[in-house]
Formats: sequence, C-alpha cells, structure tokens
Amino acid sequence: MLTSILMQNLNKLTVRRRFFLFGVASVVVTGPAFALDSDSARRLVDQLVAEINQATNSGGPQTKLIAAFESIFEQYADVDIISRSSLGPRARTASSEELEAFSRVFRGYIARKYGKRFMEYIGSAIVVKNTTNRGKFFEVGASVQVEGAEPFEVYFRVSDRSGKKLFFDIIIEGISLLSSERVEMGALLDERNGDIGRLTKDLASLG
Amino acid sequence: MFKLIKKITFFKFIALFVLLSACSPRSGTVVADPLEPLNRRVHALNKGLDSNILSPVSKGYSYVMPDAVEDSVSNFASNLSLPGTVVNNVLQLDIPAAANNTVRFVVNSTIGLAGLFDPSESIGLAGRDTDFGQTLQRWGVVEGAYVEIPLFGPSNMRDGMGIFVDMMLDPTSSVLKPTMSSYRSWAGIGAILQKRQIYGDQIDEVLYDSADSYAQSRLVYLQNRRFQLKDNPSDAYIDPYAEFE
Repeated sequence: MLTSILMQNLNKLTVRRRFFLFGVASVVVTGPAFALDSDSARRLVDQLVAEINQATNSGGPQTKLIAAFESIFEQYADVDIISRSSLGPRARTASSEELEAFSRVFRGYIARKYGKRFMEYIGSAIVVKNTTNRGKFFEVGASVQVEGAEPFEVYFRVSDRSGKKLFFDIIIEGISLLSSERVEMGALLDERNGDIGRLTKDLASLG
Repeated sequence: MFKLIKKITFFKFIALFVLLSACSPRSGTVVADPLEPLNRRVHALNKGLDSNILSPVSKGYSYVMPDAVEDSVSNFASNLSLPGTVVNNVLQLDIPAAANNTVRFVVNSTIGLAGLFDPSESIGLAGRDTDFGQTLQRWGVVEGAYVEIPLFGPSNMRDGMGIFVDMMLDPTSSVLKPTMSSYRSWAGIGAILQKRQIYGDQIDEVLYDSADSYAQSRLVYLQNRRFQLKDNPSDAYIDPYAEFE
C-alpha cells in the first residue's frame, strides 16, 4: 500500500519534472519566447544608452570610442536591415553575397561616423524617457544633456521583426539616421553607377 | 441628383488620389522637389558664400571676441526680435507664450540693460521662439515645395513666405531710430556668426563631408523643421522591414 502510494507520487513527480524540463527545453530552443513589448524595448535602450554613456565618459582616445560604438551596433542594432534599406531600390537587385559584404563594411562605417559625432558629447548624459507603441515597433525617447547647452531629443526605434530585439533607426532632433544614410548611399552609388562592390570597397575608408 | 453628386465626388476622390500618388515622393526622398535644378544652383551659391565668407569670418569672430561679448551681442539681437515673436504667438492664439515673451522683453530690456543680458532665463522664463512660418502651419497652410533661398539657405514655400512676412510684420523696425537700427543689424550679423560657430561641426558635416550636400541639407532641414513644428505624419520615416515584406 505504502509503496503503491509512493510509486504514484513518484510517477506524478516525474511527470511534473518532465513537464518542467520540456518547458525549459522549449524556452532554450525558441530563445526569448516573449514578444517585444514596451518594457523590453525600453530595457534594450537602457542597456545601450548605459554603454554609450560609459563609452563617451571613459575619456579614452577616439579610436577607443569608435571601437565601443562598433560593438554597440553589433549587439543592439539590426545592421543588416539598416544597410540594406540604405541602399534603397538598388538592394532589390543585389545578390545576398553583395548585401552581406556590404553590411559588414557598413557597420564599421556607421560606428566611425557616429562615434566621431558622439565625441562632441563627451561629458554628456543620455537619459531614457518615454516609450511609445507605434504599432509594428516601439519608439524609445531619450534626452541628451550636454553641459552648457540646451538638451536635445533622441528616439530609438526598436523592433523584433528580424527575430531579435534590435534597434533599426536613431532619430536625433527629428533627423533619421536611416533617411540620412539612404540619401548618402544613394549619392555614393550614383557616383559609382550603382556598383555595390565598388561602394563596399570604398566605404571601408569612409565615415 | 443625389446619385449624380455622389458619383462626381467619388470620381473626384479617385482622381485626387491618383494625382496625389503620382506626386508623392518615392520613399526616402521625403519631399517632391519640382524646383530641384534651380535649387541646386542656389545651393552652390550658398555653399560658396559659406566656405569663402561665413565660415572663415565666424572663426575669426569667435577667436577675437570673448565668449561673454558674443553672448551679449546675440542677446541684444534676440531681445529686439521678441516683439515680432509675440505678434506670432498671438496670431497662433498661444497666449501663455505671448505672455512669457512679453515679460521676457520687459525684464531683459530693463534689468538686462537693453537686452545685453538675459536675466529672464535665470528666473525660469526661457525664450519660446516662433515665426510666421509656424503661424501659417497652425492656420493649416501646407508646407509646399522645397526651396533653397539665396543667403537664407534651405526652406520651403511656407517658411519662405514666413521669412518675408516676419520682416514686414516686425514691430521693432518701425519704432527704432536709425542708429539703434544699425546696431541691431550688426548684432544680427554677430548672432549669425556665433551660431555658425556653435553648430560648426554639424554644418560642416552636411555641407562638406557628405556625398551630395544639396540632398543632405534638404533632408536635414525638412525633417528637423517638421519635428520642431510637430508636423510629422505618422509614416514620416522609413519602416525598413515593411519594404522587404
């Protein structure tokens, strides 16, 4: 009698454990199964802003700041979609190898460009403020407080449509990185008769 | 009869839709720019004026002048523009801003020694700038085509009209005696030189480090101005995922 009760409980236990293990396994396999929401979008921006603040206030040389920016873009930005969108209509006819090579060089380019720009804000602090649901993505607002000047607004647009939670645009005082880079890449492509290979080669030394 | 009207309106609606989509810019170009050939020539002129005159002179100005003097010169010019700003505040029915700017003008003109100093700022009365371009926007006037104006730089039909009307509307210019008026003009130039220096890196990047400075300054002007006027449609920016779906 006792053994039968014990066995039954043991069975229950194994069932429960199996269930539990199955649960753990499914989380591991599917990755973060929670969809992007206001809180997780904000957390992402909190983390990346903390890294930018640390990078701009570490007081190292410019090369160090640029390296920090490259790792920030690698970790938090959907560089594939940013680079592809920057190419405009030309991206549609490009091969996946071309797009991949371009994306790799583009990450360095954008880190150099925006790393340099943030050199101007050394000693500044970015404070994350509000998060807005924009339907297909979230927009996280922040205020950049520079000493002796009016603070200005920055918005990070975050989406999980790549499969990961990443930002895909930074809007500074209304000016979008994505729009600005599409104008820039469009002009650079025009100069090279739409040759993405040549643009990829040249972009390595631009920014 | 009712049916006929309904038919016409429906037809008009379709016609309008077709027309608008024909005019709507391809995504990423932000605006239709029918005056582009002319605008590009004006841009070349403005860029030349910046690289030959404005940029070097502003560097010299900030090198020679102590910062405090530069601030006072700009304060003086900005204080005299306040009555015009108040006119626009009233035209926009923004009475709190009108009151704020009126008190600013009184305080800075007296305690601030004719506007050389800005004591209002320290008592929490920061400037609330506006212009006739914004007034027109509040009245429902559309932005219109992009224009680059000689000397003034990037603008659009609405803001270009605004610059002109602000000059006509300005209450200060009709009151000031000729000597004061010339001080004001010089101070205005000083303020421009200081601004060119403060935003130096950003301006240089757009004008001299971009592949197409005309297209880049057009984008920067339009997006920044729409942001400033809160005149952004919900789909103002690129959704890169939607493009590849």
